[in-house]
Amino acid sequence: MSESAPVAVEQRPETPEPPKKERRHDEGTGRLAALLLSPTLIVIGLVVVLPILMALRQSLYQAGGVDPETGFVSEGETFVGLENYTAIFSGDTGERFWNAFWNTTFFTVVCVSLETVLGVAMALVMHKAFRGRAIVRASILVPWAIPTIVSAILWRWIFQADGVANALLNTEILWSTEGWQAKFSVVIADTWKTAPFIGLLVLAGLQTIPEEVYEAAKVDGAKAWQAFRMITLPLVKPALLVAVLFRLLDTLRIFDLPYGLVGPHKDSVETLSMLAYDEAFNTRYGPAAAYATILFLYVALAAYAFVKILGADVIGEARAKKPPGGGGRRARRRQSEPAPGTPVAVGTQTGGA
Amino acid sequence: MATAGLTSAQIRAAEVGPLRRWAPLIGVALIVVYCLAPFFWMVVSAFRRPSDQFDNSPLPSPWSLQNYKDVFKEGTGFTRGLLNSLIVAGTVTILTLLIGLVAAYTLARLDFRGKYVVLAVIITTSMFPGISLVVPLLKLFISIDWINTYQAMIVPSLSFALPLAVWILTAFFRQMPRELEQAAMVDGCTPAQAFRKVILPIAAPGVFTTAIITFIAAWNEFLIALSMVQIKERQTANVIISGFTGAAGRDQPFGSQMAAGVVVTIPLVIAVLLFQRRIVAGLTAGGVK
Repeated sequence: MSESAPVAVEQRPETPEPPKKERRHDEGTGRLAALLLSPTLIVIGLVVVLPILMALRQSLYQAGGVDPETGFVSEGETFVGLENYTAIFSGDTGERFWNAFWNTTFFTVVCVSLETVLGVAMALVMHKAFRGRAIVRASILVPWAIPTIVSAILWRWIFQADGVANALLNTEILWSTEGWQAKFSVVIADTWKTAPFIGLLVLAGLQTIPEEVYEAAKVDGAKAWQAFRMITLPLVKPALLVAVLFRLLDTLRIFDLPYGLVGPHKDSVETLSMLAYDEAFNTRYGPAAAYATILFLYVALAAYAFVKILGADVIGEARAKKPPGGGGRRARRRQSEPAPGTPVAVGTQTGGA
Repeated sequence: MATAGLTSAQIRAAEVGPLRRWAPLIGVALIVVYCLAPFFWMVVSAFRRPSDQFDNSPLPSPWSLQNYKDVFKEGTGFTRGLLNSLIVAGTVTILTLLIGLVAAYTLARLDFRGKYVVLAVIITTSMFPGISLVVPLLKLFISIDWINTYQAMIVPSLSFALPLAVWILTAFFRQMPRELEQAAMVDGCTPAQAFRKVILPIAAPGVFTTAIITFIAAWNEFLIALSMVQIKERQTANVIISGFTGAAGRDQPFGSQMAAGVVVTIPLVIAVLLFQRRIVAGLTAGGVK
């Protein structure tokens, strides 16, 4: 199951020539590492991998089928094969599923795009600012620190019919009811909460770009926009891609925000997570597991596609430290620019080398 | 490097007009307002009297603690909810650090086959949608009578907390020069002793930062707590807040909810203010939420 690992697993892990002093320890290192890693891997196996497999199994069963001999509703579960899945794609349930599917996709595409643009803009501003850095850094962490469900209720309050949003905009929109405005309110709330987070990660990437590069560009007569497009964007790309990937996967499983801001059973904002939760809540575990499995596959597919197409290099800092010609040639080719490091690598640069 | 950047930028700022000089400051102000305005509104709304709840003036007049009194009244279960949140998030943090420390150190220091595969698998698992784990676990916990227990919230929370902690800790350990252990081992320490006596004390700030980030993530968790617990005595503060019902039937008691939101958020905001530098370092080192 974990083979669907979206983050580049294709590199050869062995360094061709490890530094001399470490070679001594090579014997038995693998066994020691396995021993030390086993608690973490066992826990992850138990709380992540096992449940995913259980969900897969559960999605093939249905509770309380009718016993063909007695005609009574039987206790326990009956194996129904792919029935839960076929049911998802047809009839009323099909409509509800596709609605949730498109809502999830809509939120993901719109929120992540908005947050990326806003986040990059914020990072650029913070990078240029030399006064008030501490206060910006503190305030940017506030939306991140507020529990999502609390921020959902906060935005529900802001978007009340006689709330402050309508008062400020001088409108009378019923935000948190059905319709486009409900979707819109979720997008606004999500963007508020996470654009600063992207800004933070991109800022870390920006700070690794040496000032001299810009000075050289200026000497060569580059305009500000050119410098941004030709220097800033490519150099900050690894950091940005990782941030966007995490946000993408996070938004695909969005639950708290629409649940708290608009509420359950609202067609306009119901997402796949909410749908699966609702089915499980009504003890229809078979269909719930089917929804959960589909969402899982969707997330895995999105992550895989993102990594393949855009070449997000999540564990890139590991490879950046490899001697040239070592592992991860493919990843290197994909991001051929001499990346000074993703934010993931920010700390690494100063250390190991 | 910072100073060099500063001076050259200042020179540049001096070359251009006042608009360019003030633009970054205006930008900063905009970001601060963007981030804080909704939070400000939560605080303001929480301090209004319930009778002027729908007042839209920028400051409450008069200020009132009534919403807070309502929140902590008997029967809301909020006090107990805070305690439950603390128990769950605290246990998750401690367990995660105990398990994750060793793994992170191993990943940062030992060179072995499949290292990056392991790292990739760990970080991948943190991206799995929570609902895909909650649905099967819900049924499992019902059958083993774990519903309405703390462990029913703690165990699934490890699924996101552990990868997060391992990821951030690995980045922190990588920053530490290898010479530290080598020196310790030259002085006769075993690798385990070097880890315990030399590395851990120096890594303490990083470990502490990871603890804060993990705690915040666990404290903010909602879906697991909502699914696994149905009785008020075990619900976390987040679930309690979302379930507040107004005295007047249908009306959502926003005043109390805002007050409760302030209570739940303030400890985190204080932590953020105190440790902002560290938290930013931790978040950008891990690159994860």
